[in-house]
Amino acid sequence: MRRVILAVTGTIAGLVALLSFKSHVPAVPAAASTGTGSTGAGSSASPSAGASAATVPGEFPQGSLAGKLSAGETAVNGHVTDTAYGPVQIQLIMKDRKIVKVAVLQQPANTIHDIQIGEFAFPKLISETLTTQNGKIDAVSGATYTSAGYIGSLQNALDHGA
Amino acid sequence: MPAQTAAEQPGRARHAEHVMGTVVSFDVPAWTAVPGADGPLGRAVRWLHWVDATFSPFRVDSDVSRYGRGEIPLAQCAPELAEVLGACAEVSTRSHGYFTATPGGRLDPSGYVKGWAVERAAALLSAAGSAEHSVNGGGDVQCAGGRRWRIGIADPLRRGSLALVVAGQDFAVATSGAAERGAHIIDPHTGRPAAGLASITVVGPGLALADAYATAAFAMGNAARDWIQSLAGYEAFAITPAGATWQTGGFGAYLD
Repeated sequence: MRRVILAVTGTIAGLVALLSFKSHVPAVPAAASTGTGSTGAGSSASPSAGASAATVPGEFPQGSLAGKLSAGETAVNGHVTDTAYGPVQIQLIMKDRKIVKVAVLQQPANTIHDIQIGEFAFPKLISETLTTQNGKIDAVSGATYTSAGYIGSLQNALDHGA
Repeated sequence: MPAQTAAEQPGRARHAEHVMGTVVSFDVPAWTAVPGADGPLGRAVRWLHWVDATFSPFRVDSDVSRYGRGEIPLAQCAPELAEVLGACAEVSTRSHGYFTATPGGRLDPSGYVKGWAVERAAALLSAAGSAEHSVNGGGDVQCAGGRRWRIGIADPLRRGSLALVVAGQDFAVATSGAAERGAHIIDPHTGRPAAGLASITVVGPGLALADAYATAAFAMGNAARDWIQSLAGYEAFAITPAGATWQTGGFGAYLD
């Protein structure tokens, strides 16, 4: 049985990875509890058979969605994570134990590097998470990434505790 | 960028090392990751940096660069260079010239070196007593022992998605494609970027050959199906630019 757990951990990959897989941990965002801002996703997690990834549009809103939630949705803020490129924080919107939206609360915005991270790698990182909510994998094989490309890779997420 | 080490599950450690122009990710028993450079993980990491320094065509003082420019004879290079060039020649012959150690006319055996270096890093860990580890060199993975490893294959047409998952115990998975670094694989017979496939994944026992075969197969395009089929021990799965897929006869044994 698969259950989705949400654990917003301390690295940029951890932002994501969390979402989990074949975990034995029943439920909810224990690790998200120190996140700033909103929410109470905490309760009553029940098994969610096959927690399939919800389809999420390809763009990620800037700023909190906490004030714009539909019925049944819960916002969970991740830790502010210091990366080599600056602080990053994301917010996940959960419904029926699935991630249905992702918003970016903080991301680096200074240098060209930062912009690349923000516009390319970061969304990719998130979308990878969303599309791999099913099934634990150990590693990812694909066209060889550069050092910079790794930042936004699922392998990065795996390396940091997905 | 500093290397990062993160703990995952009890008794296990993960480590990401920036080297060879990419990141090499280790999933190892925690005991191999003792602090400093003298533990098994440290030695494997040191090996990768040595390979980088010796084989990089981007470093003017590497053996590959100096030998390629004709400044020193092979005998004055690290003996591993002769080993690598011999293996490259073998794969080149076997692939009817689709694999070459001199893409664009310049000595650059990188198409073999990375997989070879990662396979050997995994072997170093085995020799040090690790019974369960994987090493992922920028998207090309060598798995050793322990569990049944599940390796996701990136979908070249939908960024961030997996096309499928392969699984095995002691095996290697190499993928060539243009998704990360653009059209960088040249068909040596035409001099033009290979465009017949979006990506091709080769699985088999060792990463050195799997990686080199994947590079040659990508340059070959759809003709690689019969070619890989003819090779002992290696299987392939390909995705075309239109999204169609094909696989060799024995690939099904690796499907999760």
